[in-house]
Amino acid sequence: MKSKAHELIESPEFKKLVRTRWIVSFLLLFLLFANYYGFILIIALKKEWVVERIGQFANFGLIAGAGVIVLSWILTFIYVIWANRVYDKEVDALKSKLEGGR
Amino acid sequence: MESALGQPNFISVAFFFLFVVLTLGITYWAAKKTKSSSEFYAAGRSITGFQNGLALSGDFMSAASFLGISGMVALKGYDGIIYAVGWLVGWPALMFLLAEPLRNLGKYTFADVLAFRLKQKPIRIVASIGGILVTITYSIAQIVGSGKLINLMFGLSYEVAVVIVGGVMLLYVLFGGMIATTWVQIIKACLLLFGVTLLVILSLSVFGFSLENLYGGVESKFGRAALEPGGLVANPIDAVSLGLALMFGLLGLPHILMRFYTVPDAKEARKSVAYATTFIGYFYIIIPIVGFAAAVLIGREQIAGIDKGGNMAAALLAELLGGTPFLGFIAAVAFATILAVVAGLTLAAASTISHDLYFNVFTEGKASEEKQVSVAKKATVVFSIVSILLGILFKDQNVAFMVGLAFAIAASGNFPALFLSILWRGFSTMGGVWSILVGSISATAFIILSPTVWVDVFKFKEAIFPLKNPAIVSMSLAFIVAFVFSKLFPDMNAKERYESEKVRVYLGVGAE
Repeated sequence: MKSKAHELIESPEFKKLVRTRWIVSFLLLFLLFANYYGFILIIALKKEWVVERIGQFANFGLIAGAGVIVLSWILTFIYVIWANRVYDKEVDALKSKLEGGR
Repeated sequence: MESALGQPNFISVAFFFLFVVLTLGITYWAAKKTKSSSEFYAAGRSITGFQNGLALSGDFMSAASFLGISGMVALKGYDGIIYAVGWLVGWPALMFLLAEPLRNLGKYTFADVLAFRLKQKPIRIVASIGGILVTITYSIAQIVGSGKLINLMFGLSYEVAVVIVGGVMLLYVLFGGMIATTWVQIIKACLLLFGVTLLVILSLSVFGFSLENLYGGVESKFGRAALEPGGLVANPIDAVSLGLALMFGLLGLPHILMRFYTVPDAKEARKSVAYATTFIGYFYIIIPIVGFAAAVLIGREQIAGIDKGGNMAAALLAELLGGTPFLGFIAAVAFATILAVVAGLTLAAASTISHDLYFNVFTEGKASEEKQVSVAKKATVVFSIVSILLGILFKDQNVAFMVGLAFAIAASGNFPALFLSILWRGFSTMGGVWSILVGSISATAFIILSPTVWVDVFKFKEAIFPLKNPAIVSMSLAFIVAFVFSKLFPDMNAKERYESEKVRVYLGVGAE
C-alpha cells in the first residue's frame, strides 16, 4: 500500500527508524567522547598512568595515542556496518511504501 | 650535516613542475567537462566514495599537519602526539552526526541545509558571513605557511612564493572547478601518504625496524621527558576546549562539508568518511615516527636552527635518508599539499558568494546557469587576489593562531546551527541567525582577549579571557542563543516544513 509523506512520518516504522538512528549515533558519539576526552583528561590529571613503562622504553602514553586513533576508526566502521546491514534495508522498505517514492 | 635546504635545487624544482604540469593537464581535461553549475560546484555528483575519501584526506591533511606535527614531535616529544590525535577525532563525529543528512539536504553549500526550512535571505546572509570568515582565516594560515616554507626550501622570496601558490590555485579552480580540484586533492593525498610511508620505512630501517630501538634512541639523547606528556594539557579545561574546537571545527569547515555534494547519494557520503578516516588515521599514527626519528638522527638544535617551529624536521630527515632527490620529492609534496588545500578553500568561498549570496539572496533564485558559473568564476578571482594580498600583509602572523581561529569559528558559528536545524523541530530563523552571529563573534572576540593574542601578540601582562581556545564557552553560547531565540521567535513555517525535511534526511527522497 502506498502512502503520503505525512502518513509515513506518523507511522511507527518511521518513528522507530529515526529513533534507532539517533540512538546508534549518540551511543557511538558517547564512546568517542569517552575515548578521546578520557585520554586528554588522564594526561591532564593522572599523568603517572601514562608514563608507566611497558617493555624496555615504550610507555602506555605512546600506545594510548595510537590506540585512541585506532578505536575512533573502529567506531566509524561499526557505524558503517550498522548502516549497511540495518539502516539501509529499513530505508528501502519504507521508501517502497511512499507514494511516488523511488 | 650540510643541507641543500634553502637553495633552489634542480630536483625539487623539477618535481614541483612535474606536479603542476600533471595537475594542469587534469584541469584542462576537467575544463571541457565543466559547463553547468552542478559540474562547477559539485563535479556533477560523479565522484565515488573511495575517490571522495581520498579527496577529503587531501583537503584536510594540510602542511600544518605534515610539517607542523612532525616538527612538534621532533622538538617537544610526546606533546606532538596529543595534538595529532585531536586532528583525527572529528571524523567519526562527522560520520555519526552530519554526513548523511548533509548529503540528503544540500545542493552545493552547507547553507543549503540551514535554508531548507528557514527563511532564505537572513539565514543565507549570516551563514555566508560565518563561512567566509572561516575560509579566509584558514586560507591566510595556509598561504603564510606556504610562503615561509618555500622561502626555507627553495630560497625564493616570500612574496614570490605567495603569488605562485595563489596563481596556480586560481587556474585549477577557475577552469576546472570541483572536478579539477578533486583530482588535485586525490593526487596530493596519494603523494603525501606515499612520501610519509617511505620516510617512515627509511627511518625505521636505521633502527632495525624496531620502535623500541627508536624510543631508546630518543630516551638516551633527550631523556625520559621526551616520551612523556609535558605542558600542553596542564590545564584540563583548556585541553577539553581545544579538543572541542578540533573535533567540532571539522563539522563546520565549509570546504570539507561541500565535498559531500560531489557524491551521488548518502551511502557514498558514508563511504567517503570511512575511507577518509582510514587514510587520515593511518597518517596521524605514523607521523610521530618521522618526528622522533628526525630528533634522534638530526638533533633538535639543527632542526630548530633552520626554523624555530621545527617545520623543517621532515624535510631534513628526507635529505639525510634519501639524499637531495628525496628532499626534492618531499619539498614538492609539501608544496602540493598547500596548493590543494587552498584550492579547496577558494572553491568553497566562491560557491558561498555565487550560490548563497548572488543566486539565492540577490537574484532570489532567478539567475541562469551561465550567469551563476560566471559569477562563481569572478568570485574565485576576487577571493584569490584578496587572500594573496592578506597573505602578504599577515607575513609575520602566527600561523597556529590563524588555524585555531578558523576552527573555533567553525565549531561555534557554523556547527551548532547546522546540527540543530537537522535535529530540532522548534529551531527558528531567528534562532539560527543569532546562533551563527553570536558563535562567530564571541569565538573571535575571546581569541583576541585570550593569552594567545592579548599576551603573546599585544604584550599585555594578563589575558582578559583565561582560555587559549574559546570553543567550550563560545560553542555553549551559540547553543544557548539558538535555544532562547527559537523560543522567543518561533517560526511556524519552519515547523511545518520540518516534515518534508525529515523524509529527505532519513530516506533521501527528493535529494538531488
